[in-house]
Amino acid sequence: MMMSIGAVAAASTLDLLAYSPPGWGATLLKGLLNSIVIALGAYGLGLLIGIGGAFGKLYGGPVLKDLLAVYTTIVRAVPELVLILILFYAFTGVLNEALLAWGFDRVQISPIVTGIAVLGIVQGAYQTEVLRGGILAVPSGQIEAARAMGMSRGLLARRITLPLMASNALPGMANLWLNATKDTALLAVIGFSELTQATKQAASTTKAFFTFFAAAMVLYLCISLLSTFLIGRIEKWARRGQRDMRG
Amino acid sequence: MTTNAQTAEQPIAIRVSGLLKSFGSHEVLKGVSLCAREGDVVAIIGGSGSGKSTMLRCVNFLETPSGGDIEIGGEKVEMHADGSPSNRRQIERLRQSLGMVFQNFNLWTHKTVLENLIEVPVHVLKCPKDEAIDRARKLLKRVGLAEKEGAYPAFMSGGQQQRAAIARALCMNPKAMLFDEPTSALDPELVGEVLQVIKGLADEGRTMILVTHEMKFAREVASHVIYLHNGVIEEEGPPEALFGAPKSERLKQFLKTVG
Ligand SMILES: Nc1ncnc2c1ncn2[C@@H]1O[C@H](COP(=O)(O)OP(=O)(O)OP(=O)(O)O)[C@@H](O)[C@H]1O
Ligand SMILES: [Mg+2]
Repeated sequence: MMMSIGAVAAASTLDLLAYSPPGWGATLLKGLLNSIVIALGAYGLGLLIGIGGAFGKLYGGPVLKDLLAVYTTIVRAVPELVLILILFYAFTGVLNEALLAWGFDRVQISPIVTGIAVLGIVQGAYQTEVLRGGILAVPSGQIEAARAMGMSRGLLARRITLPLMASNALPGMANLWLNATKDTALLAVIGFSELTQATKQAASTTKAFFTFFAAAMVLYLCISLLSTFLIGRIEKWARRGQRDMRG
Repeated sequence: MTTNAQTAEQPIAIRVSGLLKSFGSHEVLKGVSLCAREGDVVAIIGGSGSGKSTMLRCVNFLETPSGGDIEIGGEKVEMHADGSPSNRRQIERLRQSLGMVFQNFNLWTHKTVLENLIEVPVHVLKCPKDEAIDRARKLLKRVGLAEKEGAYPAFMSGGQQQRAAIARALCMNPKAMLFDEPTSALDPELVGEVLQVIKGLADEGRTMILVTHEMKFAREVASHVIYLHNGVIEEEGPPEALFGAPKSERLKQFLKTVG
């Protein structure tokens, strides 16, 4: 009797997670894919902002430095959930206001683009700080050696400062990548169908809350484990030439 | 300014006149001058904080002078009235003709020795890569590091790193070499191997400006010695005169304390 209930439960769980309807597997995987695309896009956008922001904060003019300080202070002070709501409505609202004012029609911005923009702006602020710390930790003598040999600023930044900074910034940047993957879940509040939203939808329709959230947890864990593995490889490469001082 | 007899007719490689440098209100150089003709080895000596490094670093604008004139290979460096350089491209070009060697070697730690050597020739001087590698290998052989081309700096001794740094500077085929206390960070038993390399360069007629605490070595290789005290040249002349018969009380005192 017990056995058969267990078997029924297992069978129905598998049915629920099956790829094609009435299973919800496809919905979950699509949510997972959306989450990954957004995390990658936001992280990439954040990296562009972060590199520019870090160099700007260190070497920029006074106005640029002040603007960047305002940006990183605000973004890091406000809870991400609140930021996402503000940026989401600001991003779509302001853009459409501008378009209407210029005599264009409203546009429906793709949720993916919105998600990337919103999370990218958040990522950018944190990455600016991590990368700035990474640049500051580059031994000044090595930069001086490059200057003394007549390297131009751009070449020096690209060939010397960035690679040396990369190994300093890597642990912090790896953390931010994991944050980026998890922050995609916050987009559920604006109704975007990333993994968490898809899970919620499946769970509330079928009332199998535990099954679906457990499945979502496993998927998030997979992203994290895969990331950790890849980060380890990257870190090993970025630390080439460094001696392990821990003995 | 005096130079030794053999090089008196040689063209001027580096000329510094009336150089001023202040850090904030702290006046570090109070009008110092120097002239190195091709083949000259000018040694700068003096107590700690006397301004030796600052003077050397002004020559390739790692420090921005507060006033004075600098001329490299007959070309006057364009400066604003306050001494700061006004033409960054010119500075970058002139720096390529000056090989600088630092106290702390400053090899790039993310590159192997060979990569360190070819970095500037390939990416700045636009020299073909295989040519640069050939040249780098010859120089590594010359400084006794032929086997180390694939090593990362962190895995080498200080003496090896400094010899690699000298080879890196030579790789640009510079018109003159600038040394800032190249052996001060080395364990005593490693000083000799580096001095030997520098001596070899002096012997082949390289123009050099050398800041050093190694008095014996300065006496041996220099053609002209400058004694700096508190940002002023207190005494200068050929090494025999300066070390053999110092005139100023301060220099006598200094030579006594450094042995
Ligand atoms: N970047 C800087 N900012 C402020 N003061 C500086 C700076 N660099 C050097 N100084 C000051 O300028 C003076 C001369 O310094 P410098 O490094 O030229 O001396 P030095 O003769 O090379 O001494 P040492 O033998 O110890 O290397 C010192 O009083 C030093 O404190
Ligand atoms: Mg010094």
